[in-house]
Amino acid sequence: MKTYDLTTPMTEKEINTLQAGDKVLISGVIYTARDAAHKRMIDTLEAGGSLPFDIRGQMIYYMGPTPAREGQVIGSAGPTTAGRMDFFTPQLLERGLSGMLAKGMRSQTVIDAMQKYGAVYFGAVGGAGAYLSSCIKAAEVIAYDDLGPEAIRRLEVEKLPAIVLIDRQGNDLYKIGRKKYECLEEGILG
Amino acid sequence: MKTLDAKIITETIKDMCIKTNCIMSENIKSTLEDALNAEISPQGCEALECILTNADIAEKGMIPLCQDTGTAVIFAAVGQDLHITGGDLTEAINEGVREGYTDGYLRKSIVDGPFSRKNTGDNTPAVIHYDIVPGSDITITVAPKGQGSENMSAVKMCKPAEGLKGVEEFIVKTVSEAGANPCPPIIVGVGVGGTMDKAAVMAKKALLREVGEHNPDPEIAAVEDELLTRINKLGIGPEGYGGTQTAMAVNMDVYPTHIAALPVAVNINCHISRHMTVTLCGKEQ
Ligand code: SF4
Repeated sequence: MKTYDLTTPMTEKEINTLQAGDKVLISGVIYTARDAAHKRMIDTLEAGGSLPFDIRGQMIYYMGPTPAREGQVIGSAGPTTAGRMDFFTPQLLERGLSGMLAKGMRSQTVIDAMQKYGAVYFGAVGGAGAYLSSCIKAAEVIAYDDLGPEAIRRLEVEKLPAIVLIDRQGNDLYKIGRKKYECLEEGILG
Repeated sequence: MKTLDAKIITETIKDMCIKTNCIMSENIKSTLEDALNAEISPQGCEALECILTNADIAEKGMIPLCQDTGTAVIFAAVGQDLHITGGDLTEAINEGVREGYTDGYLRKSIVDGPFSRKNTGDNTPAVIHYDIVPGSDITITVAPKGQGSENMSAVKMCKPAEGLKGVEEFIVKTVSEAGANPCPPIIVGVGVGGTMDKAAVMAKKALLREVGEHNPDPEIAAVEDELLTRINKLGIGPEGYGGTQTAMAVNMDVYPTHIAALPVAVNINCHISRHMTVTLCGKEQ
């Protein structure tokens, strides 16, 4: 398993070379958005408006944190299931989004759009929100404050551990990994 | 007749909401450590290491293990000789959830209706299951349930002719289709028999068992073992990254059913498997 230090925004070369199954440590600025923020962004675009931040080359983290205690940057901050965002994702990819950080399987439509527009889907460990919050050094709500945990936040992260789930070529770790151990299992336990 | 002040119930629920969201149980921790030792996939090991580190960080800082602090699912087994004083029991439970989720900095994820979808702001109402039992105690379980795993759950009204084989196929298929989404290694709760609703509640209750504890009926226990082996052969692995450690346990409960029925419910829980139980004793008047 290869490990890369990755600083956002990713370069074209990084987008093209990362492979499903690679480990990355993400540093730099990323933005959060989950169900309600996605819906509002797409509604805004459809009404002819513009997105609350320049999405080109950026990475979105599908995450809604717990409230921060006094003195904390952010509360527990792990990924949510990405599939619910699939409906909105191709439109954002078309506008230049180049990275997504979340957990869970993606639809073929999203994978096709990732290949077409050039994007990588990263996985953070679901259910590791306390650990992941320790990699977030700054957090600021930049839009849709009324959505509470679902507001859009600008995060500064440092060495946030993630894995490449789906690469630019459309290789999907969920499928590859499963196939590998599905076959092995018969031999080992069968 | 013994009595118990509703305020004590509120306090207890509040405390459990906070603790169970921030502290992983020893039972789950040691099961995950065993999984890490057994896992052969490098990505799977990476995920398990991350999960175990997370448990340490969460407990030390009292930070929720997961940002989805869940729907507050409460089981209350109320002794029939217990009299609750000073308020309404359901309200006392909801007040405990309200205070726990607010004071414990837990995420409020409940919306007021399936279509209106406005956040209630305090994670109430809880989903409460009452049982009336002999005695004068109340045993309360708080089991915050994350939606990532809840959404992968399913119910099927099998035909009796499908038998055990049909039930097993449905369980394995449900886990297989869930894949990475419920944050494996998972716990699979299964309820078979009764009616549709009975099966679903049994499945959820089955998630409360300690890992390593089997159904007391040896035939059902053997089915649990067989299902666990089959599920771990699917290759899904920790977090779905591929591997041999897909489930920690399959817990099945059964109940008598109708001559024309074979309901089966599968409720999936994620690796953090939060639940905590406390018994409060009534006081003599
Ligand atoms: S399914 Fe995953 S993200 Fe959801 S509560 Fe469980 S561990 Fe957290």
